[in-house]
Amino acid sequence: MRITVTVNGDETTHEVEDRTLLVHYLRDVLGLTGTNVGCDTTSCGACTVLLDGESIKSCTVLAAQADGRSVTTIEGLGSAEEMHPMQKAFQQHHGLQCGFCTPGMVMASVSLLRENPKPSEEDVRAGLEGNICRCTGYHNIVKAVLAAAEDGGAK
Amino acid sequence: MSILGTRVVRSEDPKLLTAGGTYADDLREPALNGALYATYVRSPMAHARITGIDVSAALESPGVVAVYTGADCDLDPAPPAPEGALGGKPHPSMARPFLAKDVVRFVGEPVALVLTEKRAQGEDAIELVAVDYDPLPAVIDLDDALSGTNLVFPEAGSNVVGVGGADAADAQFADCEAVVTATLENQRVAAAPLEVRSAAAAWGDDGRVTVWLSTQNAQGARDALQGALGLDEGKVRIITPDVGGGFGAKIGIDPEGTALAWASKRVGRPLRWTESRTENMLAMTHGRAQRHKITIGGDRDGRVKAYRIEVVQDLGAYPGVASFLPALTMLMASGVYDIASVTSQATIVVTNKMVVAAYRGAGRPEATAAIERAMDLFAAEVGMDPADVRRKNFIKPDAFPYTTPGGAMYDTGEYEKALDAVLESAGYAQLREEQARRRAAGETLQLGLGLSTYVEITAPDFSVGEDAKVEVHDDGTATIYTGSSPHGQGHLTAFGMLVQDKLGIPLEKIKLVHGDTDQVPKGGGTMGSRSLQLGGSAVYRAAEDVLEKGRKLAAELIEIDEGDLVLDKEAGRFHVAGQTGTGVSWGELAAAAREQGGLAADCHFAEDLPTFPFGTHLAVAEVDVETGQSRLLRHITVDDAGTILNPVLTEGQRHGGIAQGAAQALFEVMYYDPDGNPQTANFADYAIPAASELPSFELLSQETPTTLNPLGAKGIGEAGTIGSTPAVQNAVVDAVAHLGVRHIDMPTTPQRVWQAINEG
Repeated sequence: MRITVTVNGDETTHEVEDRTLLVHYLRDVLGLTGTNVGCDTTSCGACTVLLDGESIKSCTVLAAQADGRSVTTIEGLGSAEEMHPMQKAFQQHHGLQCGFCTPGMVMASVSLLRENPKPSEEDVRAGLEGNICRCTGYHNIVKAVLAAAEDGGAK
Repeated sequence: MSILGTRVVRSEDPKLLTAGGTYADDLREPALNGALYATYVRSPMAHARITGIDVSAALESPGVVAVYTGADCDLDPAPPAPEGALGGKPHPSMARPFLAKDVVRFVGEPVALVLTEKRAQGEDAIELVAVDYDPLPAVIDLDDALSGTNLVFPEAGSNVVGVGGADAADAQFADCEAVVTATLENQRVAAAPLEVRSAAAAWGDDGRVTVWLSTQNAQGARDALQGALGLDEGKVRIITPDVGGGFGAKIGIDPEGTALAWASKRVGRPLRWTESRTENMLAMTHGRAQRHKITIGGDRDGRVKAYRIEVVQDLGAYPGVASFLPALTMLMASGVYDIASVTSQATIVVTNKMVVAAYRGAGRPEATAAIERAMDLFAAEVGMDPADVRRKNFIKPDAFPYTTPGGAMYDTGEYEKALDAVLESAGYAQLREEQARRRAAGETLQLGLGLSTYVEITAPDFSVGEDAKVEVHDDGTATIYTGSSPHGQGHLTAFGMLVQDKLGIPLEKIKLVHGDTDQVPKGGGTMGSRSLQLGGSAVYRAAEDVLEKGRKLAAELIEIDEGDLVLDKEAGRFHVAGQTGTGVSWGELAAAAREQGGLAADCHFAEDLPTFPFGTHLAVAEVDVETGQSRLLRHITVDDAGTILNPVLTEGQRHGGIAQGAAQALFEVMYYDPDGNPQTANFADYAIPAASELPSFELLSQETPTTLNPLGAKGIGEAGTIGSTPAVQNAVVDAVAHLGVRHIDMPTTPQRVWQAINEG
């Protein structure tokens, strides 16, 4: 089937197999490999992107379901030269080590602050429950999100 | 001011945060154009004879180019790992084939390899490979394995691969006033890095193969692959892209990676392979999997006089790295305590489960878990506070270097200082009061305090050392080449700081090259908390040599005595003392050195002995006595790993380590049913913790430098896990101790806690 998805502001149109998952559309068709796949069971959140501004796990959404809609991936959030406040906060507070969960974690955090711009530590921990990190013990991720909230990360 | 010891954020991060890393599955190298996708057919049986494989239907499936089975694969199986430090030798039949031949020995063992044009076609086609299995009795339980009723390898005549250490008769408990014995399970867990195993392979016309591999040590993988494929030296190149976590389970190259390189040659096309999470849980090496029988004895005043540990190590279906783990467990058996009689023994045994290998700590967390649980059991037996019993038995600061009865030589230690700092910061006395109040009131949520005072061994391969090269370029930038191989640790930042400190070339102008065996032919990789003390020391020494070369060349160029030159580290420039106008920059020096082969230095650095970091962890847990549910409320630690280069990085290592240890204590187990079917083979079933299940951690700093390397640094990668696992377990037991509970095995699930309360 033919789908049209706006990805990071650019309109993309491609022929895809019906069963194509959104994450595979992003990675294999568009070459946006920042979004990762970490599990088979919608448990880890490494594939989290924004669909019409809200975080979703792109391994559990068909590419076809994104037809006519807008997707933001880590590549669309900020650049190395001009990072988004959430990306800056993750660097400043060492909220990443191997980096594999990071794109999903950052997108989930951006979405979290949009819903709740002034979260408590408990809110952040509960809000990121769907994103697994094996390296950081979450300590610095939580710190980064709280700092970003102070610093306008909700935009 | 020196950059060393300061809080520097990572240079690695901007790319990881804005474009994502380039992991093996992200590679878009021209050499991989037209690559086929490899998908493995895996055994659904724990133990069975393969009576037939029919690949004809799979070959008809869309996009299938080839299907290979064990019968096609002419590679000699990798020889079984030697027996480690134990007696006995593995039987030759225990060699693990790259694709199963005749018999499968664990669920998930690769049986066939399907190559397809598209990835999804592989998943379709493996369903069409018809394998006939004739089930054999599966050896799952350790007692069954030891009894030898059923054998994993009938030709070997026994499941026991080796026994070593001292007999029980050597233990001296006769004059102890109190003796406690317990059996402790140090359960099998999954490393579960967020990036699963992934690789790609492409052969050149020159008969050389390049393998892109998610690994912790490219050079070790190269040597293993070269051997397996029977190739001459120089015919294998390993390139390590970004690696999404390893935790010990990505050391070297797994059989799936080797079979991939073999199949690429056979089919004549480049291949890519990325496993699924379920495959990763089934067939990436597991960790721990030890059972301990401990005996601890001493006097009623709290003095411990004798300790004995008997280890049974579950190797899984083929003897691998786990053959060596009990040696480390025995070496570190007595921990931070001065105990007159320490004896240990280990038995290593095969079962029909996934192969066991290194996992964050690898043999040392098991030692700490046993002795720290033993100290609490002894404290309960003599009616003393666990902190007091520990204090009474510490090796004293003036005893270092201290040789343990097990033969380890501890370099430096300040054990009581670490304990005091943690108790004071935590408010231990007040916490005990709060615990007493809740107990007296009979509250539903009871409080538990768990201590772990630990010592561990880092860079156990100290004598192997590490290689580095530092090169300065004529644009004023520098490149560090290291045999150590980061997968999240932050080597670019850490090693870059060392070079900046020596040469005055700023971090942002420094590049790190690692994990490519053509660019870095020699190296040991990243494991055993070795990177900074070995790899970092090598970089530091290489930078020193570059500094001397640079100074010498600058003196020649300016025509002045070396002694009259000053290096301005802010400007990255040598100038004449007192005359900043007359000088030469690193870029100019590198340009001038071009004809003499450039401005660079190599260094191989090895330590004379390993180092022994130590610390104290205090876990504060809350247990619901009605449901058995436990929750970690606070975790306070001192982790003394010598001189700290960058607190940002060491804190990150400690946080991650604490979480992984707490996860083993509270949640995680790789569970097989009695028939050998894994029950926790994905992230929905395997209880890897989320942010909502852990607290923020309270880290205290303490630095007792080692003299064994120029940086004064010990390892910090595994300490958090080693310290936290028994602290958290002890806290859960302590919370219900007043109900008559002395021990609960890990993971302390609500069911187990509830049962213990009801049996207490």
